[in-house]
Amino acid sequence: MERVIVIGGGIAGMKSALDLRKRGFEVTLLEKSRHLGGKVRKWHCLFPTFTAASEVLGRLKAEIADSDIDVRLEAEVVSFDNRCVTLASGERLECRAVVLATGFTLFDARIKEEYGYGIYDNVITSADLEDMFRRGSVELRNGERPRRVAFLHCVGSRDEKVCQRHCSKVCCVTGVKQAMEMKRLFPEADVFNFYMDIRMFGPGYEEMYREAQLAHNIHFVRGRISEASPTIDGRLQIKAEDTLTGRPLKMSVDMLVLLVGMRANDDNAHLAEQAGVPLAPNGFFAPKDMFAGNVRSPREGIFYAGTITAPKSIGEVLNEGSAVADAVTEYLS
Amino acid sequence: MAEINWGFAISRPRVIDVDRNNLRKSDEILLEMPELQSCIGCGACTASCTAGNLTQFNFRKVHTLVRRGEYQGAYEEMNKCMLCGKCRLLCPRGINTRGVVMLIKRKLGDF
Amino acid sequence: MRAKSWSDYQKAIADDKYYYARSCIRQNFFPGSEKAFLDILQHDLGKDIFDDPAHSSCTGIGYHSDVVPLETIMTVVARQFALMSEAGYENFVTSCITSFGIYTEILSTWEEFPETEERTRENLFKATGREFAKPKSLAHTSDVIFHFREEIAARAKRKLVDSMTGEPLKVVEHIGCHYAKIFPKSGIGGSEFPYVLAGMIESWGGECVDYPERRHCCGFGFRNYLVQANRGYSVANSQKKLESMAPYHPDFIVANCPGCSMFLDKWQYTIAEMNGRTYGANGYGIPVLTYEEMAGLVLGYDPWELGMQMHQVDVEPLLDRLGVEYDPSTKYLGGNGKYIGKPATAVVNCPSQDFIYDIKL
Repeated sequence: MERVIVIGGGIAGMKSALDLRKRGFEVTLLEKSRHLGGKVRKWHCLFPTFTAASEVLGRLKAEIADSDIDVRLEAEVVSFDNRCVTLASGERLECRAVVLATGFTLFDARIKEEYGYGIYDNVITSADLEDMFRRGSVELRNGERPRRVAFLHCVGSRDEKVCQRHCSKVCCVTGVKQAMEMKRLFPEADVFNFYMDIRMFGPGYEEMYREAQLAHNIHFVRGRISEASPTIDGRLQIKAEDTLTGRPLKMSVDMLVLLVGMRANDDNAHLAEQAGVPLAPNGFFAPKDMFAGNVRSPREGIFYAGTITAPKSIGEVLNEGSAVADAVTEYLS
Repeated sequence: MAEINWGFAISRPRVIDVDRNNLRKSDEILLEMPELQSCIGCGACTASCTAGNLTQFNFRKVHTLVRRGEYQGAYEEMNKCMLCGKCRLLCPRGINTRGVVMLIKRKLGDF
Repeated sequence: MRAKSWSDYQKAIADDKYYYARSCIRQNFFPGSEKAFLDILQHDLGKDIFDDPAHSSCTGIGYHSDVVPLETIMTVVARQFALMSEAGYENFVTSCITSFGIYTEILSTWEEFPETEERTRENLFKATGREFAKPKSLAHTSDVIFHFREEIAARAKRKLVDSMTGEPLKVVEHIGCHYAKIFPKSGIGGSEFPYVLAGMIESWGGECVDYPERRHCCGFGFRNYLVQANRGYSVANSQKKLESMAPYHPDFIVANCPGCSMFLDKWQYTIAEMNGRTYGANGYGIPVLTYEEMAGLVLGYDPWELGMQMHQVDVEPLLDRLGVEYDPSTKYLGGNGKYIGKPATAVVNCPSQDFIYDIKL
């Protein structure tokens, strides 16, 4: 049997491994941490249906457990080419093809200093909030219920100042989803979303946005928050322009949620260079072409799946798991 | 205080201070017509507005300000509307714009 | 975390041998502060600092008011550097935030566009016959005081605490925009959480007030306040800050920029006269200090020697809280003992003190 190695044990890698196995390959799935599941492990529920993330991940995990896929945890890759992957342990794994599915890195909100993430108690990221939802403990640092919450879109996306020019695609709808969840938990609270553009690209997303406005009375203000600062009563003052009225606007909020974007992994540059494949200007891997070759690299035997090439939604990532299995099958037959 | 001719006056803040604004009327308006909240600021209403093409009247801007609690002058502005109904035909969010005009006039006559 | 943000923005500050460039505004409004800077460095800390009578204004105010062209200001800056080189110094220290911004921006422009540096060298040589070397280090005077804050703390005669209760004084620190908003890496602590003044306050026992408009501009601008009709929005910015800090009842404001120190102090008078609003304790103003005055008080300098009688808002209530001994009768006597004149009392001042001065006149 021909061995294919999948690097990265998030949902892209898991789905790729499963579909490759179904097509008859011997599959080794490498994950550098101690768990499969990647960032979805920390997610509570998914847009636009509020499906539990654990439901999606649980299914993948169960299927992998039932398969004979060779899963190796705490296996960090230091280099690879289309015939061999070398681990940090020094072990060399021979193969016929490699699927790179190492995903993305969440933007570090501390870099946007003006919002005071890590400095002010109730400035949190969308990932932090999701973890709070998951643990069922959404509250202010002092244990109180928030009375006014602001979500800020595009933190670490579409921002020259932090060298992240691209759109992270899923944060808009995540902001809408989280605002609705917030409103369900705290119906008496005012929830504001501050956005530059609202990009509702997927099925049901625009409808969800409209529902947030109509059924949940969530306020959308087109304007980017310029800074957050503490108030005397321990809240946060935020400033933005209400661009649709052309006037500056300020308000105090109990909680500021930063919708952090997806950025390219720091080790992409190293991995791309040693494998001889190109990166896009934003640091993600550049696929062979944007249309029929999304899961292929320009080099034979090296394939991509998931957010390694660009920010994507979970549904799109899972589709790429199947697409990459097809591409590998075609290449090896 | 001395009698001094300063030659200037301290500028008043232009900021919309949401904390200071009383949002009660705004909440009432949104409760009666939640669809107003779904405005995406496309401006089709103002583009076609009979009054807005000849005066400073800007329906989109006035109702957005009202939603932020800025009521001053909203009633007078809405009086410029001729209720021709063209904006309602155009609104991509299906907002009953004529209804909004009447509602704001009814709620904010005092401001 | 905040400490991390501060530690991310550090810069090299020379330990000794400085060439000192004064500030136009400070020489007129806070002459005692510049003198105190020299005294602290030379006498308290034993440093070599050269106060060169040959240097000129950097022309920054003219530049920002559109009357001095870029080429001219580059040549003036080059001349200052030439004077520094001729005097045998390499570490340039400037007392003004506007100048500091001008110097950092011009050095950076020369770096990015070397042809502008070449042209400046030609212009300087043609105009003055001088040649210049770029400074090895460039710092603002507040950077230098920050650099030696622990040495100053070790020599402190008093701390920034209430002398009766021992409670730390509440201090509003205000950083001039051109200190770090042009190049965050040029300022200690960066632009969002600058540490240069906060570090001094902490080392000397005070407590920083973190208020909503902390990072907002004082409204000084240049052409903005120079034109009388435009001053309304200039003063409105100071007012916005004062309104925002007042609920915290700060004991004083300390600023590191000549324009900010002047505006935050003198606009309090304007606002009080125009609409009767004052922001300090007991209905008076909030005293505004320079960092040299703050350091000088900590080191036990006489407040009138520090030039604190030049302030619009009276500093006496603050001196009393700090337990500073001072002679009210010498407030308006100059260094030579000559009467320097006394301003009329205004709403922001403490009227009771006038009585004492009047006896002595």
